[in-house]
Amino acid sequence: MAHFEKANSVGEWLDQRLATKELARVIALEYWIPKNINFLWSFGMILATMFMILTISGMFLLMYYKPDTQLAFYSVNYTIMQEVGFGWLFRHIHAVGASIVFLAIYIHMFTGIYYGSYKKGREMIWITGALLLATFSAEGFSGYMLPWGQMSFWAAQVITNLFGAIPVIGPDLVVWIRGNFVVEDATLTRFFALHVLVIPLIIMGVLGAHMYALRIPHVNNQDGEDIDYEAEARKFKAGDRSRSKVMPFWPTFMAEDIFTLAVFLVFFFYLVFYHFGFAMDPINFIPANSMKTPPHIYPEWYFLWSYEVLRGFFFNANMGLAAFGIANAFPFIFPFLDRDTNHVAPMHKRPLMKYWFWAFLFVMIGLTVWGKLPPTGANAWVGFVLSVSWLTLVLIIMPLFSTIEKKRREG
Amino acid sequence: MADCKRRAFFKGAGAALGITATVGGGAALYGMKRAWDPLPSVVAAGVTTVETGAMGAGEIGRVEFRGQPVLIMKKTSEMKPNDNRDVIVNGERFTVIILICTHLGCIPAWTGEIFKCACHGGEFDSSGVNTFGPPPRPMVIPPFKIDGTKLVLGKEGPEYAKLKQANS
Repeated sequence: MAHFEKANSVGEWLDQRLATKELARVIALEYWIPKNINFLWSFGMILATMFMILTISGMFLLMYYKPDTQLAFYSVNYTIMQEVGFGWLFRHIHAVGASIVFLAIYIHMFTGIYYGSYKKGREMIWITGALLLATFSAEGFSGYMLPWGQMSFWAAQVITNLFGAIPVIGPDLVVWIRGNFVVEDATLTRFFALHVLVIPLIIMGVLGAHMYALRIPHVNNQDGEDIDYEAEARKFKAGDRSRSKVMPFWPTFMAEDIFTLAVFLVFFFYLVFYHFGFAMDPINFIPANSMKTPPHIYPEWYFLWSYEVLRGFFFNANMGLAAFGIANAFPFIFPFLDRDTNHVAPMHKRPLMKYWFWAFLFVMIGLTVWGKLPPTGANAWVGFVLSVSWLTLVLIIMPLFSTIEKKRREG
Repeated sequence: MADCKRRAFFKGAGAALGITATVGGGAALYGMKRAWDPLPSVVAAGVTTVETGAMGAGEIGRVEFRGQPVLIMKKTSEMKPNDNRDVIVNGERFTVIILICTHLGCIPAWTGEIFKCACHGGEFDSSGVNTFGPPPRPMVIPPFKIDGTKLVLGKEGPEYAKLKQANS
């Protein structure tokens, strides 16, 4: 039987009913984070904040947006941009936020790759993270369709067309996804439903799983050190705070997080107010027209690397699609491509994989740059070399280097 | 004894629950799939019928088919016949193509001899076959069925199947 008696404060009253003190202890006050970390460990909190900013700005856009091919373009570009009080600000926050959230996701992922935070018990953290990349991508794509400009329409046309390459069911699947033979009203309204409700709900669920996945293996640290959390926590609680290798999530870790977050938000709002143009493609300020294709169709910057892997095989569409499939499945299998499974170490302490890491980063940036250029002449060949390099690095060199490292370490 | 009976009862009940849930879940998934199918009005609008009987040689008809421009041209005797491309209605040869350049989707114009694309200079002959410039493939022949002198776009008849085979 629970113990209820006259409470002396609101906090005590709540604690009797909700066990708030115990809850705070488990999720924050005695949730132990290693001290040996740097500012890159704050990107989780930055991403959670960005998701919140996107949700709130999106709610206000939703109040005036009209999901109808006749009305959508003007509800965005006239009603929201010119009539609604601060409507332009909500739109710029939403558009810049959607772009910058991917910058933060990629930094977060490369941090995990660099410090080996995807293996030895941390696989599920990585895999739920890969699911978040996939769901955020779906959210970005469906949201890009909503203003119903030329780029919205043709991106939707091209991406839904990709499903047509699936054997047997492909062509029917395309019509099913669009709800019409071409991208039309039914397509817009269903992607609207996905964007404002279905995908955000999935994201929230996976976010919960992602954070929960951290509880058992704990957060990694700069040296991949295996910390005895119970012993270090005991040391901390006994008062030996300076010699303990861990600190509590609240207030210590969050103090550092909030500082990094503040710096990041200064950068973010600088972009929102002074440099929002990069997230606003001029072609998308022309209303969608199914009878006129823009001369160059390209996705937002965060999809360029996989788009370039697709285009790299310019002489054979099926090879390109196969490579594109690998590029999209790659985040999910990534932890298992590192064959030195039991050794967590940052890249600068791995004799061969450090070369792999910088080559991989270099190729990813190269793919992103060439993904934006028209695929003609020498560009097509650069794209081809980059695509082949990417596949080689991921499917051959990574398993090979990590296997050699393992043998050397053990031998 | 009583325990065994209970266990058997709960096994049966569990199986019944499992079957009901599977059937119900399957039905729900089917319903969701159907909700995304093209609406009847969309399917009906996906068929366009064109009357060709009154067309003279060299005459061009344009219709919109599934949101795309389709060109129908009755070939003149000067135009080269192409057995793999021509749609033969009532003994007359027609060029029937989705008038979209296979390069980047611009709409080519008929010059009187060839189709010329203003965007990147691609050229197609009177049968819609690419002859010059960046287009990688001939222009697409839409699915059709022949019904007397009528051409029904959006239905697949044996003549369409034959052309599709020849072009693949």
